[in-house]
Amino acid sequence: MAERVFMKGCEAIAEAATRAGCRFFAGYPITPQNEIPEYFARRMPEVGGTFVQGESEVASVNMLYGAALTGIRAMSSSSSCGISLYSEGVSYMAAARVPAVYVNVQRGGPGIGAIQPAQQDYNQATKASGNGGFKMIVLAPATVQECVDMVYEAFDLAARDENPVLVLTDGVMGTMMEPVVLPPMKSDEEVAALREAFAHRAVIGHKPLDQHTGEPGGIGDGWEKHNIETAEMYKTWDKDVRVEEFMMDDAEIVLAAYGISARISKVIVKQLRKEGIKAGMIRPITVSPFPYDTFANLDPSKVKGILDVEMSIPAQMRFDIDHAVCGRIPVMECLRSGGQLLTNDQVLAGARELIKEVL
Amino acid sequence: MSEMKKVYERTKGIKPGAVSGFCPGCMHSTVHKLIGEAAENVGALDKLVRVEGVGCCGLGQLYVSGDWLIAAHGRAGAVATGVKRSSPDSLVYTYQGDGDLAAIGLAETLSAANRGENITVIFVNNGIYGMTGGQMAPTTLLGMKATTAPKGRVAEEHGYPMHVCEIINQLTAPKMIVRTTVDTPQNVMKTRKYIEKAFKMQLEGKGYALIEIVTTCPTNWGLGTLESIDFMREHMLKEFPVGEFRMPE
Ligand SMILES: Cc1ncc(C[n+]2csc(CCOP(=O)(O)OP(=O)(O)O)c2C)c(N)n1
Ligand code: SF4
Repeated sequence: MAERVFMKGCEAIAEAATRAGCRFFAGYPITPQNEIPEYFARRMPEVGGTFVQGESEVASVNMLYGAALTGIRAMSSSSSCGISLYSEGVSYMAAARVPAVYVNVQRGGPGIGAIQPAQQDYNQATKASGNGGFKMIVLAPATVQECVDMVYEAFDLAARDENPVLVLTDGVMGTMMEPVVLPPMKSDEEVAALREAFAHRAVIGHKPLDQHTGEPGGIGDGWEKHNIETAEMYKTWDKDVRVEEFMMDDAEIVLAAYGISARISKVIVKQLRKEGIKAGMIRPITVSPFPYDTFANLDPSKVKGILDVEMSIPAQMRFDIDHAVCGRIPVMECLRSGGQLLTNDQVLAGARELIKEVL
Repeated sequence: MSEMKKVYERTKGIKPGAVSGFCPGCMHSTVHKLIGEAAENVGALDKLVRVEGVGCCGLGQLYVSGDWLIAAHGRAGAVATGVKRSSPDSLVYTYQGDGDLAAIGLAETLSAANRGENITVIFVNNGIYGMTGGQMAPTTLLGMKATTAPKGRVAEEHGYPMHVCEIINQLTAPKMIVRTTVDTPQNVMKTRKYIEKAFKMQLEGKGYALIEIVTTCPTNWGLGTLESIDFMREHMLKEFPVGEFRMPE
């Protein structure tokens, strides 16, 4: 029987990672994700893993880089202004093709911002998490259960591609408690086998003529070769695109939202349906790769308008929607930011405005 | 003809046929040779992991044996922490210049030392940013010219040269802290012994070692090989005297 427990988002994330075989965590305190490092500090010694409180986010992400290159499943987490400090290490991990997982429990910004939830790191997460134009798979859970499932899976994706994976969540999910079904705990043998699977690249010491390096680039055209290879890998991600289409069969009005905003939007779609309005929702589950096709394939003779719902001012995901829709369908925005939460009333009012404009 | 006895052999710690990219007369190459020899002497070449700083040390990565990875500029202390904690049997050393270790990476340097990470830190102090062309470093001497201190380092504007061993010596956890140099055969052998000792200590799980090696940078000091050694003896070693700050029992 699967275990069903009542857990806080952050703790569920840490437990899911442990069950996925994570045996190294480094992180630095920042609200609203402190429960992740705190959980790891208790949990890692129980499973023979390592927890390190880094002296900064810069140090923590670089510890992650070193640990993951030995082949161990490793993770880190932070929030917004802390994640800015991850750019350096994440770029190095993308450069060295390191399978590592990190979590951004987003809070308000810019700068120190607010400790309350927000979705203001979308562009940073999906377009430029560091220098050099690399890409990552970015998963955006909308429930604590999805936090658990996605963190668990993130390690497999990272291992498959030998590339960092980001789980992009927010302070609502991080601090909220919900019942979750926890995934199975990987056995010590399974954890060892996962590590062994990276042995061909592990930087742990070898015979002098069998030198392993973390560096794919180097002299001459090494880096360009690396970039061509990774670009090819990114193209294979079309199959990894995940999107939830809710009541979209006959929808005339579409709410587009990810993460916590999608939860609120879903409630509003149901309410509008009760009123006889043909509303639907598109929820990107992978925000990178983004479900461009889902938006590009919307039929303008049926879908009259899109409401982009985000906890970010100015809007960020909206530009991915625009890129897919190309002006064929009007797009309006319903936004909050800086730690101010979207409310049902506000999303409903936004939807009504759109309806007034386009229906 | 009587059979000749082999008295010297290139260490397996340097890759066969490899050439370093260092400038002629640069002491980085001596230090690399010593690392290779020390690792071979303690019988741990197959455990060696080099966490490389950013600087001229990058010219040595294809030269020395052992696995390696590049840490972002200054982060070697953190990266080495991740490697060593996840792979305790590896022999992990960082290789860092003064800009890398004492300017951009000071937080990571101090914190790794303060945690007493079981790693070996090789700190090459040439008093200047070599790789980027001679800018001022935390260890640049007063009055010494750098491209970003064209009139020479001035205490009122730039502060004083930073003494890394002395700073680390304030911490309780480190087990070995030494400053050495490689200007004479005696000092070369002494430095190899220090590296060997630090490696042995690490293999026995005994903790953190910092080996600062005062070196020359003929290219950016604008001096010939021999002149730069004279300059180092006369000026660098006055500011940074060699010595054993802390040694394991
Ligand atoms: C984040 C970052 N900033 C700056 C640089 C440019 N950079 C490369 S090497 C170097 C200086 C290295 O000097 P030092 O640590 O003294 O080593 P040396 O070259 O003298 O051996 C700098 C600033 C970089 N690579 N990364
Ligand atoms: S620039 Fe200076 S430190 Fe760098 S290789 Fe040349 S002499 Fe050595």
